[in-house]
Amino acid sequence: MAEKKLLLSVRDVKVHFKVKGNNDWPWTAKRTLKAVDGVSFDLYEGETLGVVGESGCGKSTLSRAILNLIPATDGEILWMGKDLRKGSDKDWLHVRKDIQMIFQDPLASLNPRMTIAQIIGEPLRVHRPELSPDDIMKRVRAMMVKVGLREQMINRYPHEFSGGQCQRIGIARALILEPKLIICDEPVSALDVSIQAQIINLLKELQREMGLSLIFIAHDLAVVKHISDRILVMYLGREMELAEKYALYDKPAHPYTQALLSAIPIPDPKLERNKTIQILQGDLPSPINPPSGCVFRTRCPKAVDRCAKEEIKLHAVTAATQTSCLLV
Amino acid sequence: MSLLKVNNLGVQFQTPDGMVNAVNGVSFELDAGQTLGIVGESGSGKSQSVLAMMGLLAKNGRPTGEALYKGQNLLTMSPKQLNGIRGDRISMIFQDPMTSLNPYLTVERQMTEVLELHKGMTRKQAKKRAIELLEAVRIPEAARRIDMYPHEFSGGMRQRVMIAMALLCEPEVLIADEPTTALDVTVQAQILTLLKELQRDFGTAIVMITHDLGVVAGLCEKVMVMYGGRVMEYGTANDIFYQPSHPYTIGLLGALPRLDHDGDALVSIPGNPPNMANMPKGCPFTERCAHASAQCADVLPGLLPSAANPAVLRACHKPVAELKLELSHG
Repeated sequence: MAEKKLLLSVRDVKVHFKVKGNNDWPWTAKRTLKAVDGVSFDLYEGETLGVVGESGCGKSTLSRAILNLIPATDGEILWMGKDLRKGSDKDWLHVRKDIQMIFQDPLASLNPRMTIAQIIGEPLRVHRPELSPDDIMKRVRAMMVKVGLREQMINRYPHEFSGGQCQRIGIARALILEPKLIICDEPVSALDVSIQAQIINLLKELQREMGLSLIFIAHDLAVVKHISDRILVMYLGREMELAEKYALYDKPAHPYTQALLSAIPIPDPKLERNKTIQILQGDLPSPINPPSGCVFRTRCPKAVDRCAKEEIKLHAVTAATQTSCLLV
Repeated sequence: MSLLKVNNLGVQFQTPDGMVNAVNGVSFELDAGQTLGIVGESGSGKSQSVLAMMGLLAKNGRPTGEALYKGQNLLTMSPKQLNGIRGDRISMIFQDPMTSLNPYLTVERQMTEVLELHKGMTRKQAKKRAIELLEAVRIPEAARRIDMYPHEFSGGMRQRVMIAMALLCEPEVLIADEPTTALDVTVQAQILTLLKELQRDFGTAIVMITHDLGVVAGLCEKVMVMYGGRVMEYGTANDIFYQPSHPYTIGLLGALPRLDHDGDALVSIPGNPPNMANMPKGCPFTERCAHASAQCADVLPGLLPSAANPAVLRACHKPVAELKLELSHG
């Protein structure tokens, strides 16, 4: 295979929020909530990177930081070699043509006062002002067919569609500019199983056809396995493991990944009843005051004294797996 | 006599657009210590059927048929009689732990109220018992935490409080309506293990409503698959998962992305779920079914024992053998 082209490179990105102190007194010092704390990864052309983790692990914040919807506090975000964090508004207008986003709640992410034609055509009106209204309409119709919507629906409003159809509209809107990268933030978690399969198949098909790269954020590991090439596992704002798909599912290196995988119910009565589940003790620590050293150590079955003192970044264990656990 | 026997349960809603039949012809039996899983997608009527049994339907809803708890029909009882049973002998865990706890009351007040009402305990006795239950569901520092308000708990802990509350009076039947849907997988694993242990210790019968087939596989002996307000297939978990005989069940299992094996494309079910206000005359799945014939759209198939395995009830016109043949030919 030819050398893959590096598209996006995220280096040690941090997103910190200032939140109010322990009590309501105005003179109490503010505290820092570390939503994302030092995440690095590379994304190549045509690749799908899955990002998984439980609620509050910072996966959505990370995706928004890439698009500058929530500005990153520190670190570098290189888009084809150019640092996005130093970009001006004009640079951003250019970049957003290439990076689009699909959101979790399909209905809430569509403007209820716009028709489907207006919603799907809006990116073209903003980024391609040279196109005539007829041209835009033509492209909107073609895109609707591509994502499996009937052309007759073009003048309807979002509330007239089901959840799955709304998600198709969101995908059409993201694809109309022919972007290079689409960030999908939990695109199927609000959908029923049968509809979820339709949307995943659609995304895979379109990716093949248009050579897209995807960052696919989800909490459902089975869905992520289906669509991704590589997977990043996050916990409390940090990276736990970054591995190729098969390596991650066959030989998870990090204890958190192992626990996460064993917790997924398998739809097979015999397998499900006989498997051993690693139950994690306790609850997620607060990101305002995370544990010292490895953030997972308070719930980790394998933690030793060293874990509280040292914190290490991702390091390669095998050619396919990188982990931040210092015991492997 | 079985503990809970539901016969031909139906639910109708009077809406401005006319009568909507949300649930039709649901029947099952449940004995002590058994677990029934009801699976289906949104709008399949799975929640409404149990809400009807608990007398919790919205004002415009009306149940039909019967739901017999030890021979007494829950659907025709007065609210006063029903109050003696629900929360005490039959209790329920709701999907959203945030909105089903009262934010104005401490956990202690919400839990002791149940015991004072049903068991005639004093506040002090009730609190002691409530703390025991919170410890049973592994809330750390239960004695201190019981005086907190719901918002001071995390999502997983709130769900554990809900479970503790449902178990206060040691119910004979526990109805769990998507108890883990709002939770993360590792928390879900904690809660499901807890439910299994509690069932083993108390011999509680559980009705588990969920859309997650994985949860059903681990917990339930019997499985009921619902679609468009009707039962599509009903049988043991092994039969439903290994020998599904209804096109919808087969479709549902095929649409599931799985960890244990790998396929390229998921077999999706085309189309969208039916509109409940405008149901087809025949089988509700006709429009999306790859095996439908002319008969399917007009004639409603009955829920009958399968020819291949009489222990399985299925509602499909196409005989199992014919369906298998069509499937093997792609």
